[in-house]
Amino acid sequence: MAVIRDVMPAFQLYQPSSVADAQRLLEQNGQDALVLAGGLDSMDWLKDRIKKPGVVVDLSGIDELKGIREATDGVEIGAMTTLTEVAQSPVIRQKYGLLAQAAELVASPQIRNQGTIGGNVSQDTRCWYYRAGWPCYRAGGNICYADTPVGRNREHAILDAERCVAVNPSDTAPACIALDAKYVVMTPKGKQSIDAQDYFIGPDLDITRMNILRPGSLLTAIRIPSTWANAEFYFEKVRDRNVWDFPLMNVASAMRSSGDTIQNIRISVNAVAARPLRLTMVEDSVRGKPRNAATGEAAGKLAVQGAVPLQFNAYKIPLMRNLVKRAIIGVQEAAWAS
Amino acid sequence: MGILEWATSPLGQKIPIHIAWFLIWVALIAGLTFLLVHAIYVRYFAKKDFVSDPSSAETLELPARIPRHSLAARLFHWIMAAAMFVLLFTAFLPKAGMQFNWATYHWIAGSVLTVSILFHIIHATFYLDFWSIWPDRSDVEDAWRRSQRFMGKTTVLPRKFAKYPLENKLYHGVVILTGLAVIITGICMMFRVRTIFFPRNPYLFSDMTWGMMYVLHGLAGVGLITLTIVHVYFAVRPEKLPITASMIVGSMSREFYLKEHDPKRWVVEGLSDQRRMTDGD
Repeated sequence: MAVIRDVMPAFQLYQPSSVADAQRLLEQNGQDALVLAGGLDSMDWLKDRIKKPGVVVDLSGIDELKGIREATDGVEIGAMTTLTEVAQSPVIRQKYGLLAQAAELVASPQIRNQGTIGGNVSQDTRCWYYRAGWPCYRAGGNICYADTPVGRNREHAILDAERCVAVNPSDTAPACIALDAKYVVMTPKGKQSIDAQDYFIGPDLDITRMNILRPGSLLTAIRIPSTWANAEFYFEKVRDRNVWDFPLMNVASAMRSSGDTIQNIRISVNAVAARPLRLTMVEDSVRGKPRNAATGEAAGKLAVQGAVPLQFNAYKIPLMRNLVKRAIIGVQEAAWAS
Repeated sequence: MGILEWATSPLGQKIPIHIAWFLIWVALIAGLTFLLVHAIYVRYFAKKDFVSDPSSAETLELPARIPRHSLAARLFHWIMAAAMFVLLFTAFLPKAGMQFNWATYHWIAGSVLTVSILFHIIHATFYLDFWSIWPDRSDVEDAWRRSQRFMGKTTVLPRKFAKYPLENKLYHGVVILTGLAVIITGICMMFRVRTIFFPRNPYLFSDMTWGMMYVLHGLAGVGLITLTIVHVYFAVRPEKLPITASMIVGSMSREFYLKEHDPKRWVVEGLSDQRRMTDGD
């Protein structure tokens, strides 16, 4: 692991007060600019001296990026809204409890007070080979150190690995996908609204990025439509310790049912691939089915089809199978009978 | 600004990781510059005079269509061309900002190219006139004569071409070198990704050897951009169109054959036995 040196490389700090100014600064400085939201991911990169941007654009002074605003067709959350504000927001807790649960399980209270939802969904991977500054694929090199016979890959990907096996560590991202959220992105070409699952990209498309943000682009808000308000939600995060840890895996689902029959469902898992995965095949397979153990088991088996374990993460396959089962039928009914 | 990208390995060793990507544009510009210079040369400076025509007795023996490429040779050429274009596009379009799952298409196209090249080596060695694509003494002498004439000196007229002109033979030689470089390094690099052929083993070589392999693959790859531009350019030049067409239909007209090629140096199939007997007399 890299030694944290605590003395950051020199950079120019910009603290714009509007989204337009921030976007212009990012566009002007291109790849030389680093966006600073809560700073919890960015500061590590700077202190480790792995990333040495010439310009840092601090978004903390932009009021229009903060706060939760109710609209007729849902709710809009500013990208700089803290995770604590999201977790404690009455409207989020009442109508979109899935996101409140996910936000509440991020790291520790101190980190949630500082960390933002925009930063949480846009954060970089935790692969230690990558974060240590080794010349891996994701860092522009020509090897994946984790995907080797002796690589420490207990936390890495079982699905959609393409040269790089790093995973996305966000807890709120799968909740946003399950809630059919839209991400509002300001680009040099104007404002774009992007489906939550399309915000993330895997290594097959671009091995050096985890989301669609290019230099000059900025995530400004997350809009959650009312479609899934007050639905039946399930969020579960599995981690090595119960506080202040990244997920080994998490699952989020939003469901509408009629009696015992599943009418509609959206389900997403994270920390199994380089991007949070929406399990559309599972959704299609359980729609119209009774919400029972047989449906859950079948869904769990379907979810892990195509999974390829690495040397030390085969446990993720039964874990994912069980989490998907639990997300569909609930914890009590999900005791696995193998 | 170097032509290679360097990184520090976990062991603290400075290693090359790949070529600098601006070389893609250098290769592109080099290809287009060649195209421009050659077009000007042909338009204003080239002198295309050949030594005497063949005797009418020889031309009477020739069929209306002169067979040039067998069906197997043509199939190989177009499969190889398709694989080469897929390889170039999948390698370099992502560097130009186009996003798609390039790695999978790239190794599949590379596998097709490898198999087709293996076929070509066997086919050309045992079933075709192997030496027809390699430069010989006559090619060198005629090239010297042409360059002398280009300089304005008086010299003997060069002979007409054999089956392949010297430029064609030299191009083939360069493609062999670059092609073998990308294929051999590419096969090794497939040990670093998940394919259907063999298990991943990224530690097959040392970091430095891997680095050099990526560099060689990249240099040969961008070289192929230039070579492909040059090849396509010659294929569409008006005076070369009969040769290009022969790669589709397999033959060229007797008139073109007699205008460009020396029947003594490129003996048409079917006439060869008779010619040998005549020459022997």
